[in-house]
Amino acid sequence: MDTAFLTGQLFNGFSVASLYILAALGLALSFGLMRVINMAHGEILMLGSYIAYLTMLVVPGPAGILVAMVMAFLGAGLFGAVLETGLVSKLTARPLDTLLATWGVSLIMQQGARDLFGATGVSVQAPAWLDGGITLGSLDLPMTRLFILLVAILVLLGMAAILRFTRIGLLVRAVNQDRPTAAAMGVNVRLVDCFVFSLGAGVAGLGGVVLALLGPVTPNVGQSYIVTAFLVVILGGLGSILGTTYAALMIGLFMALSQIVVDVSFAQVLTLVFVIIFLQFRPQGVIAVKSRALDGE
Amino acid sequence: MSLMNKRAFLAAALACTARISACSKGGEGTAAGGEGDIKVGILHSLSGTMAISEVTVKNSTQLAIDEINAAGGVLGKKIAPVIEDGASDPAIFAQKASKLIESDKVATVFGGWTSSSRKAMLPVFEKTGNLLWYPVQFEGNECSPNIMYSGAQPNQQILPAYDWGKQQGFKKFFLVGSDYVFPRTANLILKTHIAKDGLTLSGEEYQPMGGTEFSGVIGKIKAAKPDVIYSTLNGDSNVAFFKQMAAAGLTSKVLPVMSFSIGEQEAMSMGPTLVQDGYAGWNYFQSLDNPENKKFIEAYKAKFGADAVITDPMVHGYVDVDIWKAAVEKAGSTDPAKVRAAAVTLDAIPTPLGAVKFIANNSLVQTGYIGQSMPDGQFKIIWNSPTAIDPDPYDPVTFPGKTCKI
Repeated sequence: MDTAFLTGQLFNGFSVASLYILAALGLALSFGLMRVINMAHGEILMLGSYIAYLTMLVVPGPAGILVAMVMAFLGAGLFGAVLETGLVSKLTARPLDTLLATWGVSLIMQQGARDLFGATGVSVQAPAWLDGGITLGSLDLPMTRLFILLVAILVLLGMAAILRFTRIGLLVRAVNQDRPTAAAMGVNVRLVDCFVFSLGAGVAGLGGVVLALLGPVTPNVGQSYIVTAFLVVILGGLGSILGTTYAALMIGLFMALSQIVVDVSFAQVLTLVFVIIFLQFRPQGVIAVKSRALDGE
Repeated sequence: MSLMNKRAFLAAALACTARISACSKGGEGTAAGGEGDIKVGILHSLSGTMAISEVTVKNSTQLAIDEINAAGGVLGKKIAPVIEDGASDPAIFAQKASKLIESDKVATVFGGWTSSSRKAMLPVFEKTGNLLWYPVQFEGNECSPNIMYSGAQPNQQILPAYDWGKQQGFKKFFLVGSDYVFPRTANLILKTHIAKDGLTLSGEEYQPMGGTEFSGVIGKIKAAKPDVIYSTLNGDSNVAFFKQMAAAGLTSKVLPVMSFSIGEQEAMSMGPTLVQDGYAGWNYFQSLDNPENKKFIEAYKAKFGADAVITDPMVHGYVDVDIWKAAVEKAGSTDPAKVRAAAVTLDAIPTPLGAVKFIANNSLVQTGYIGQSMPDGQFKIIWNSPTAIDPDPYDPVTFPGKTCKI
């Protein structure tokens, strides 16, 4: 077992974690604030992938992927806003109903993509400037992976900045801590809900674009990430950005490092076992969120 | 935090993994024709994940039936196909097979793709004494008098590809596959041969079906530095595998990959540049040069569109019907047992695969080819087995002492 392989796996762990962060962040946000379980979240990833495909048909060339990221963020964000206003907000009185309703949306979206683009899937070509990689000693770091890592870091920083420094961020934190009081103080909680849901969807859209650089774009691309995304959210402590980040890193590194000794299938089994054991000892997740919204119903 | 929330979340995670399996849709069967026609079943997945591959096999099977009917039918009667949807679900395959045999009273059935669908249908055909024509390459290790295995046995696809690799001077082999019965058995056979020949097995990795994260596998490949990769990955995983290999600097030029599940159709849908210069082992490529193949490609395109591509299993589905017809004529009957006896004693007949025939173990004698992927999605044939290979369901090196006596 040489050191290049071990450090390579360490890097892969961070790389996998960055994908999980992009996939899980929106879920964590909307659950933390609204207790909405968005089963269509995986399909918003898929939507981002297909928007990337369409954009890169219109804008080929080196800048295509960047335009695609903007388009996917806006497109998925808009879709999130529509979904929130049209469906989720009507059901907030009975949060468990959102689970079924958004699952229905997820099935409709999968079938819609199948009818529009075919079951085969489409291919998104990474631009030339993402080819190759950086060599550090005996370690090769592929450019696409570095790029995804960078995107995840920027998204996290951006998200933290929005929550900490902007007025809407202040409102989000207020509603998160105590919804009825915030509403009583005149905060427009409906707007805040819609903003957070839409922001989470936008991040998922971005996640969809970078997924397209690594894998196939098919109608069920979201399904392969949604389960791990749920795991990350549960492990992270429902609704916390920092917790989600830690949990994504834990799961990503655990997966990558366990693959040093076992194969991928078994690494997934070990990861599930790890999460179960972890939650036995710390059922509140990595970071316990202090929020009235999460205190008993 | 309330327990309720966590429960709800776990429920969500569980529901995520659940699948709504397509239930049988009534009235799918399309029995054509009137009294005195010979009914045959076509049973492929027309919906679900496998539909993408199986619909084209259904098409070529239908084309063969249409051509025979246009030329006067068989034993002076028309063939009336009854088409059923296996819905990518082995249980539905078994159920539809019973329906075709017991209520439609078909003379024989053409169909199946995945090994699990075949294994689900096998008891139905053995119980009713009917005959299934199975068109796809598979892992061998099975031998039933009620199934005609026209797709390659391991010694007609995997072992020729391995022999070719040895001839190329490859010494270190790395095996990558999806985690199910075909790759596991195929790799078991490859491993035994690699060990017997004193070559090196650099590694063996499995990816869950549909898995798309290959960073760990690629890390192991880089550490092992093999001469060649033999891949039995299936479906969407291939796209992710080749994309991430390319991103890691391992293009087919740097490290050749021999695939057993990538044909013309898969190359087209993945984007041919992704697999360019990669190798594939089959018993048929669309670029095969013989008059029957030209005629077949022309007829298929005329019926199903000019941009259709032809793959190995499609041709096997087509050839199965022609051989069934020849066997019915030889036997003078559509009785499955008589047809089977006639089919395994027929002389070789010309087909798009070349001249092929079944032998007593119910499998097809055919030539192994290695193709190299080209930018237009077609394969250039760069090697073929010196002669047509006799099929052997039990590789003598891997499964010593097992034989197929029917």
